[in-house]
Amino acid sequence: MKLFGYKPTSTAWLGLAIITLFILVAVFADVIAPYSESESVGQTWDDPSWDFLLGTDNIGRDMLSRLIFGARMTIGVALVTTVLSFLIGTTAGFLAAVGGTAIDQILSRIVDVMLSIPLLIFALIILSVFGSSIMTLILTLAVLDSTRVFRLARAVATNLVVMEYVEAAKLRGEGLWWIMRREILPNALPPMISEFGLRFCFNFLFVASLSFLGLGIQPPYADWGGMVRDNGKAISFGLPAPLWPALAIAMMTVGVNLVVDWILSINSRPSGASAEM
Amino acid sequence: MTRDMNETILKLTDLRVEALSGAVLVDNVSLELKRGEVMGLIGESGAGKSTIGLASMVYARAGCRITGGKIEIQGEDVRVLDAEGRRERRGQRIAYIAQSAAASFNPAHRLMDQVTEMPISHGLMTEAEAQAWALELFRALDLPNPDTFGNRYPHQVSGGQLQRAMAAMAMSCRPDILVLDEPTTALDVTTQIEVLALLKKLIRDYNMAALYISHDLAVVAQVADRVMVLRHGKMVELGETGQILLEPHMDYTKALVAERKAADKLAMIATTTREKPVLEGVDVTGIYGTFKAVKHVSISVARGETVAVVGESGSGKSSLARLLVGLLPCVTGEVKLHGEVLPPSLKDRNRDTLRKVQLIYQQPDVALNPRQTIGEIIGRPVEFYFNRSPSEVKARVAELLRLVGLPEDYAGRLSTALSGGQKQRICIARALAAEPDIIICDEPTSALDQLVADEILKLLKQLQDTLGVGYLFITHDLGIVRRIAHRTAVMLQGEIIAQGPTADIFAPPFHPYTEKLLSSVPEMRTDWLDEVLAKRA
Repeated sequence: MKLFGYKPTSTAWLGLAIITLFILVAVFADVIAPYSESESVGQTWDDPSWDFLLGTDNIGRDMLSRLIFGARMTIGVALVTTVLSFLIGTTAGFLAAVGGTAIDQILSRIVDVMLSIPLLIFALIILSVFGSSIMTLILTLAVLDSTRVFRLARAVATNLVVMEYVEAAKLRGEGLWWIMRREILPNALPPMISEFGLRFCFNFLFVASLSFLGLGIQPPYADWGGMVRDNGKAISFGLPAPLWPALAIAMMTVGVNLVVDWILSINSRPSGASAEM
Repeated sequence: MTRDMNETILKLTDLRVEALSGAVLVDNVSLELKRGEVMGLIGESGAGKSTIGLASMVYARAGCRITGGKIEIQGEDVRVLDAEGRRERRGQRIAYIAQSAAASFNPAHRLMDQVTEMPISHGLMTEAEAQAWALELFRALDLPNPDTFGNRYPHQVSGGQLQRAMAAMAMSCRPDILVLDEPTTALDVTTQIEVLALLKKLIRDYNMAALYISHDLAVVAQVADRVMVLRHGKMVELGETGQILLEPHMDYTKALVAERKAADKLAMIATTTREKPVLEGVDVTGIYGTFKAVKHVSISVARGETVAVVGESGSGKSSLARLLVGLLPCVTGEVKLHGEVLPPSLKDRNRDTLRKVQLIYQQPDVALNPRQTIGEIIGRPVEFYFNRSPSEVKARVAELLRLVGLPEDYAGRLSTALSGGQKQRICIARALAAEPDIIICDEPTSALDQLVADEILKLLKQLQDTLGVGYLFITHDLGIVRRIAHRTAVMLQGEIIAQGPTADIFAPPFHPYTEKLLSSVPEMRTDWLDEVLAKRA
């Protein structure tokens, strides 16, 4: 079977299966989850049983239901963040490459300043100052992450603007927006798509880390990072509770990476196979 | 190792190379090369010339495989060797000189290190021996300051010198066979002569054998003893060089020879009575940093006429084109369109002035966006300049495709699926879509095969007759100038040294540089090179 004209490797299929599973779970959370997101239905850290397949959490909520709703929140926030980050980063990066030296210098130096501050610290400061609503969380992460996207977009576009078809468009009198959208973007897509996967992973882990630190997604919403934090103490009693959300985080990251590896291998492959040496 | 003159040192028997897609690139070609002999491989691109050249080193490009035949170097079947054995033969017994020397050198290392790398890594010479041998080669190849030449980096020497340095690199292990893959194609005529003469001397002095791959019969005629004509991976004809040139047997060879001879002999076109100039550059100067690429040049083009700008690479021809269209703002003088002075910078020019002057590039591959369909590429200027509705744009695209001799259903395809000649036709259609008064053609045929280039020139001529468009035609090929240009300007180091009707430029009294250019165009005689060299000495 082929996907977008390419045959996925077996590991890519595994990754695709994991991602599809998690996305289906996130979309149909209301239908699948046996209990509600925030209702206490048992005792603290009940063992897995037929009533609670993965046991209960620190205040007696069903762990499986929390995981299912957590998928929606964690994946959703990371996805929206990454999309937004790409919109900002790609536009700015292309503009820097196409718009001439002055624009390039201004944008690049702003990005340099932002990159010089450690990401986590920067995010912590902003979230402590503005409070941690889902909206501020997404905006903050998107803007911070877009600096990384900017770097790649600018690098890719710089190689493309010297092509004669771009010069031909400039000679025709086309505006910057048209050149960015119609001449540069379609040719920049392959590396940008694999970068999207990697940035998604990073944002996903970052959201989880922030929640783990208490500055990410706030209760009563379930999210995997927060669940690790809430149930962390269970580990000292020999209980598996925090391992379930940690496992979900790990599986999602591995799944996306498997697919990204495959996409990267397509991009770097010459249009043929290896040479006879 | 005996140096017997009649020893067969390279023998290919029924060589077959296939692409992974199953296409046959080389179809049962056999050849035999004796010591001291040079065999020319001639054909259009896609004929399998380079594939044969590489296959004789038991190498196939990515996506290709050698699927049949025998490759023998001095009687030893090298196809059965393992990777290590092949690596050992390459460079030591048989070496390769590629078309683009610039792409074959590592820009970060000095020339000497790269030339001596192979014999040292193969363990054939000590570093001192390798350097002494490299110096001898630099001298034999007539490189400037041979003692210090090796200390330079690739970007610090000219294209012709780099090509010679590559010959030195290929020679570094004293191979018996050289595979020369279009070694002079990227060079201009004046440099080509020097490199040709030196390669010829090298092969003779060191008693080697060579495969000389080229698309230009006249060039091959100067160095090859025998010529093999190839087409679609099959051998068409093999014969002594003189026989191929004078009495070719096969129809395809006859067509090739006739085409090349026609280029030499074709009558110059008559100078037209000039209309008022449409595009004028008056006393324009263009600079890159502090380097003056174009110095106080005046040139003009009218509708219906072709003005050629000739000169060797680096003479400022392309910079002149960039000045006229506004990509490079002029620091002195002015550019006029229909008598009106244009703003020097592209950004300040209005849409209608941009429409009236169009540009066609040398490399059609990079002039067309690989992710846009032909319909989008040609349709965009129609939509952009004339504000037509989608259905009108579609009709116009079909009309333009017909005009450049391509089927209408190409509109839905991507340009990457087309051949070089077809791509260049698309570029022409895109330029015509703007309904321009003047088209600036920047070497539009030099990346194409001879026969294809010829068709493009015919098309341009025919479009000029029907549409009355004027061309500023930038080229280094004097054969083309003679055939299509009404007027000619000769450029040297950023200045126009001679300008006027083509007939006057090509008739005595010549400017000394024009004469040098003219006499450097290879002719279809086997003794041409020796004659020119004798005359210049």
